[in-house]
Amino acid sequence: MDCSSSCCSLDLVAGNGCTLSVEHRAALQTSMVLLKKNYKFQRVLLWGKIFGLNRDYFIAQGRGEDEMLDKKNLYSFNCMDWFLLPSATDSMVEDASIAAKRRFIGDPSFVYERLEMSEGQGGAAEGEATVSEERRLAATVHQIDEDASVVPRGAFVKSPRGLVHVNRSFAGLSHSEAKKLDSFRHFRKAKNPNKKSIEEMGDLSPAIDFLDTLSDDIPEGSWSLQRECAGNVCVLRSLLWLGLTFYHLPMTPQHGYIYIGDGTKNLNLPFML
Amino acid sequence: MDAKQDESAGKLQSARSLKALMMTNSPQSNTNLYDHLTLLLMKVMDEHPHDAVDVIEDISHDVKLTFSEDKQNLLRDLPETTAAELLAEQQRLLFSRPEEDEQEEQLMETLHPNVREVGFYLEQAGVGLGREEMQRIFLALKQLVESQALLGCRLWGKILGTESSYIVAEAQYIEGEEEKNSEEVAEEEEEREAENEMDPLPRSTYKLLPAVPKEALGTGANTFVYYVCKEPGHSWVKLPSVSPAQITVARLIYKFFTGRLDSPVVSYPPFPGNEANYLRAQIARISAGTQVSPRGFFRAREEEGDEDEVVQDSIEVNPDFEGIPVSEMASFSNWVHHVQHILQQGRCTWVNLAAKSGEDSNEEGEAEEKEEPDEPEPEVGPRLLDSLSKDSEMFNIPPWTFKVSSTLTFQHAVAVQRSNLWPGAYAYACGKKFENIYVGWGLKYAGEGYSPPVPPLPQTQYPQMTEALDPSLEEEQVLEEALEEQRAVQKQMEDLDDEDEEDDDD
Repeated sequence: MDCSSSCCSLDLVAGNGCTLSVEHRAALQTSMVLLKKNYKFQRVLLWGKIFGLNRDYFIAQGRGEDEMLDKKNLYSFNCMDWFLLPSATDSMVEDASIAAKRRFIGDPSFVYERLEMSEGQGGAAEGEATVSEERRLAATVHQIDEDASVVPRGAFVKSPRGLVHVNRSFAGLSHSEAKKLDSFRHFRKAKNPNKKSIEEMGDLSPAIDFLDTLSDDIPEGSWSLQRECAGNVCVLRSLLWLGLTFYHLPMTPQHGYIYIGDGTKNLNLPFML
Repeated sequence: MDAKQDESAGKLQSARSLKALMMTNSPQSNTNLYDHLTLLLMKVMDEHPHDAVDVIEDISHDVKLTFSEDKQNLLRDLPETTAAELLAEQQRLLFSRPEEDEQEEQLMETLHPNVREVGFYLEQAGVGLGREEMQRIFLALKQLVESQALLGCRLWGKILGTESSYIVAEAQYIEGEEEKNSEEVAEEEEEREAENEMDPLPRSTYKLLPAVPKEALGTGANTFVYYVCKEPGHSWVKLPSVSPAQITVARLIYKFFTGRLDSPVVSYPPFPGNEANYLRAQIARISAGTQVSPRGFFRAREEEGDEDEVVQDSIEVNPDFEGIPVSEMASFSNWVHHVQHILQQGRCTWVNLAAKSGEDSNEEGEAEEKEEPDEPEPEVGPRLLDSLSKDSEMFNIPPWTFKVSSTLTFQHAVAVQRSNLWPGAYAYACGKKFENIYVGWGLKYAGEGYSPPVPPLPQTQYPQMTEALDPSLEEEQVLEEALEEQRAVQKQMEDLDDEDEEDDDD
């Protein structure tokens, strides 16, 4: 969610029950401006909040020229002092998913340890996976962005050079388009280039439609599309990462997503649907 | 060569898709770009203007005029009403104020709580539904109190669902309300069907285990009555009371709510009821587990009853409560539960199911001291007004997390407890005021993974069956011959005996 519009947008995503208190909002407004200046970001977004048992983490994301590749994540406890998170690698994500399955503690130097018994050909072999909470946080933010970041169709364009940036002439989805899950896209590198017929390809434009649609997600039904705030706002909630909320006001260019929750993936989803 | 062929194939593909785009009809004028460009170029070919590129816009305009004169649409589309407009009509009623009640309002006590104030404190704590939404909910609660003539109600919270959400209000139970027992009606119908049959089928002698009886309205898990609605402005629906069987099954299953009260809950073990019952059961569990208040706000009524059992009715608001400073609210011992815990059985007060068979044995004249080996032990749970420090830890995490709303202005901060077992349950306290709220998906924290209950093992065979092989034909023949011989010998023996008797007689 863009920090410049966070003051009114936080009310739109409050259907989840989680907002930020006035003190935090005021602190964010000040510190985001400073972050933008110090790190030379093009845009600074309030990414969300992850609850820990002792303390909560506030996460901000700064975007550079290419919105998809130039991302940097920062965390803070009081919305004033921000620390840079390491960029997530695949091995970090794997270690974090093995070693740390409980709630976040709230202490970035806490080390999770997990002994894994894996039986190889010669007998049982022990594998140890350790990960610090800071790296776990980076891996979680990266995973949530990969799995559950949402943008409406047409909000971002891919320039011929391959850079992704904000579409200045995006006027918003119409009311009928906002009711369909097809009009929303994952904001990540496309993984499923489904072959479409020539007629459907006629509607698509390579500059706009370079992202995967949400309706292709497995399991089906892992997104909940509703209208909130007296029917004015279209809200998408992820059931895979409970706490991620996306909002969009139809016929206006306002949109954004925020994650406020535990930071744990909902692996029980197939039982719950 | 291959690369060039691929490239040209790719270009051909994109050319085809561009052509498809140009051939789509515009909805307003029912022509498409492809046809229009064709006509335009044909006109240029026919007329050969010298400076075609400078006047191309006029040529294009002329082409459009010649072909669109006949196609003026005299019919106008009706503007479709969007969902937002329908909802706005309904919510307008919330803001209407009847003129007759002006004088009465001054005399009326405030039967509904000050939700605006609750909303303010919750916002300080980082919880809430947005200011405008809370205001709409406030007005909807007022509408509920007026329409149902309730003694008082409270915003319990919001439960999210996959298609829509529920806003839940808690109200005091009014005595005299009877609930229609739909189960009894179904039983009567079955009996009637059975009597109508000409040849009654053999009835099984299998008796179901006696079901744990429901708690009476106004006691235990059914102390309060709950109303739900989807959006403030829609009509409120009353939820049915909860039965212990529903609570025990709800503890085993893990399902999302869909947002429709009549949708079935498909699960194993099968849930006795539809989504309205499941919702009520989860509300009962959440209330029992997370409704807490500062110590001293409620106190036990001074009655003659046992001091050990503190029942729901016997607590009342303590007028001498003076508030606890924020720094002390951090410790768990300063918060207490004010809703009774639900036992394993599914009720708040334990019922001895074996008591009925005990009565039969007494009638036979047996001594009262006889102890049945199967007699269940009474279940005991945490008592009412027990502090949070007695809450059990699950999955190695503390059951509550304490937070202060602001670290910079400590004196005016609000103390907040956030539940880790029921994500979404919050309780705040500030001076003499406190409140609980739940906003979440209605599910308990399941640890690392939820493992669904396994179906029971298949039953073993009846144990006393003896098996033997059928005798073969030769064996049967041998046996028959042996039997005949035996009969022949016996007959001979009898004849001889008769002769001996006759000889003796002589």
